[in-house]
Amino acid sequence: MNWLLPEYLADALPNEAARIERQRRRVLDLFRVHGYELVMPPLIEYLDSLLTGSGQDLRLRTFKLVDQVSGRTLGVRADITPQVARIDAHLLNREGLARLCYCDSVLHTMPASISASREPIQIGAELYGHEGHEADLEVVRLMAAALSIADATASRIDLGHVGIFRALAEAAGLDADQLDAALSLLQSKDVPGLEIFCAELAEPYRSAFLRLPSLYGGVEILDVAARVLPALAPIEAALADLKKLAVAMPELPLSFDLSDLRGYHYHNGIVFAAYHPGAAAAVALGGRYDGAGREFGRARPATGFSMDLRVVAQIVGGEDLPAAILSPYAGHDAVLASVISRLRSEGEVVVELLPGQAAPEGPRCDRRLVAGGQQWTIEAIIKD
Amino acid sequence: MNGITIALSKGRIFDETLPLLAAAGIVPVENPETSRKLIIGTNRPDVRVVIVRATDVPTYVQYGAADLGVAGKDVLIEHGGEGLYQPLDLNIAKCRMMVAVPEGFDYERAVRQGNRLKVASKYIKTAREHFAAKGVHVDLIKLYGSMELAPLAGLADAIVDLVSTGGTLKANKLVAVEDIMGISSRLVVNQAALKLKRETLTPILDAFAKAVKKD
Repeated sequence: MNWLLPEYLADALPNEAARIERQRRRVLDLFRVHGYELVMPPLIEYLDSLLTGSGQDLRLRTFKLVDQVSGRTLGVRADITPQVARIDAHLLNREGLARLCYCDSVLHTMPASISASREPIQIGAELYGHEGHEADLEVVRLMAAALSIADATASRIDLGHVGIFRALAEAAGLDADQLDAALSLLQSKDVPGLEIFCAELAEPYRSAFLRLPSLYGGVEILDVAARVLPALAPIEAALADLKKLAVAMPELPLSFDLSDLRGYHYHNGIVFAAYHPGAAAAVALGGRYDGAGREFGRARPATGFSMDLRVVAQIVGGEDLPAAILSPYAGHDAVLASVISRLRSEGEVVVELLPGQAAPEGPRCDRRLVAGGQQWTIEAIIKD
Repeated sequence: MNGITIALSKGRIFDETLPLLAAAGIVPVENPETSRKLIIGTNRPDVRVVIVRATDVPTYVQYGAADLGVAGKDVLIEHGGEGLYQPLDLNIAKCRMMVAVPEGFDYERAVRQGNRLKVASKYIKTAREHFAAKGVHVDLIKLYGSMELAPLAGLADAIVDLVSTGGTLKANKLVAVEDIMGISSRLVVNQAALKLKRETLTPILDAFAKAVKKD
């Protein structure tokens, strides 16, 4: 059956494609009016540059092929962010801020989850050149606005800060293996596992690691964290940054989780995730990744977010396309042709029948053009 | 779904979870042993229980079909735990994951010589990791039940299975030769649900934590 698609790949049929496209336009327009410039990096590039500064999981998720021209290994991008970081670091070479956005397909060797596509449509925005929490604030607000404009308003935006774990791990002297073990235990809030892991650790780090998984909730947990975590300078700074964001965005449904360490090998400051009741996982993810572009010759502070338009389109669900107007074949009828063209310029969808065709199977029509003397009028199509 | 869905499996896990649910003020209105319903209501209109196979609990919770679940550590290891929080050891449905061989089989020697062992198990990932850590080559045979039969019928040299009293091993003339790990049941939580329904879930989690019996 040669019309079957490989697993976890799908065609977007008219309704879904229209939803995706409408959301793509709305979100890109939102980015544009916020001063984010659109870039379009290539679908494939040298594997080394695609994987700079990323973790092992991105390496496994990237499809590889051999370049017939250079003999080097190419990767099909599994994430656009490193490409945009490369553009900022090397091609634009701006000293000050660079605000960039993108929207394109990426390819994953394995689906991110059973309900995910292996070809997500990644749309996102990145802000380079500012270290302060004001940049994170702008990006979190932009993420919230992007979801809202796509009809998928986040009902919770969860903030975390990987600097807290990093400071604890350093102070407790964890080696690379221990760090990985602690990371996976914390990310699954596996307290029983942590108890075994921490048995040999010195205080106050032992109790600090054990407390991290329960440090989630409203803004009040930042004060709890300040009380129960060791008074290390990076931890105090991280909590202060989170507090500033909480104070600055009272309008957003913020929550906090200090053991959310997703993308730990990549992020190094504030991280954030947006949740929607229609999805069993975060719908948009982002965070700070200072030092982006170091491998490309220029380390820059960076923060940004991205989401998968396919997921967003799924959440929004089966809202129908605006219905069309059915028109008879215009042929040499100049009057009808001009009526059709006027309607189309006003944004109406006009479906013209071709000779010998009784009804279109394409877009749903709820009105039709009818001749009344010299005039063409629109009348409703009444279904019986 | 605005309410809370809890995934449980019939039998020991359901029975031993009841007191914990009661501590959180949740009482199922039917018993899955006598009812054939797969969705069971509770005294709380916003909480329901779904009855699934033990091995399916992590899957239901991972994809948000249930917000909470109770799953054995054995099942969680095989599943991988992706997308799940597992904050609490409930200390129920306790048993041990063990290697067992027929009486008279010289396990120590078989392992020492570096032979390839044929091992039958339901727990392929656990078995693979255990023998890889020992540096023993094994051919794994995935079975779905009656593990004890495999060595007796000549299908495998050893089995990796859960042992609670050891009665079944004894009845089939097998002996446990290696203790891989202790198993008990964990509370698992969908990650997005904990963010979205924190106000409802946290009190349940806290009540469970308080009601857990320590050793």
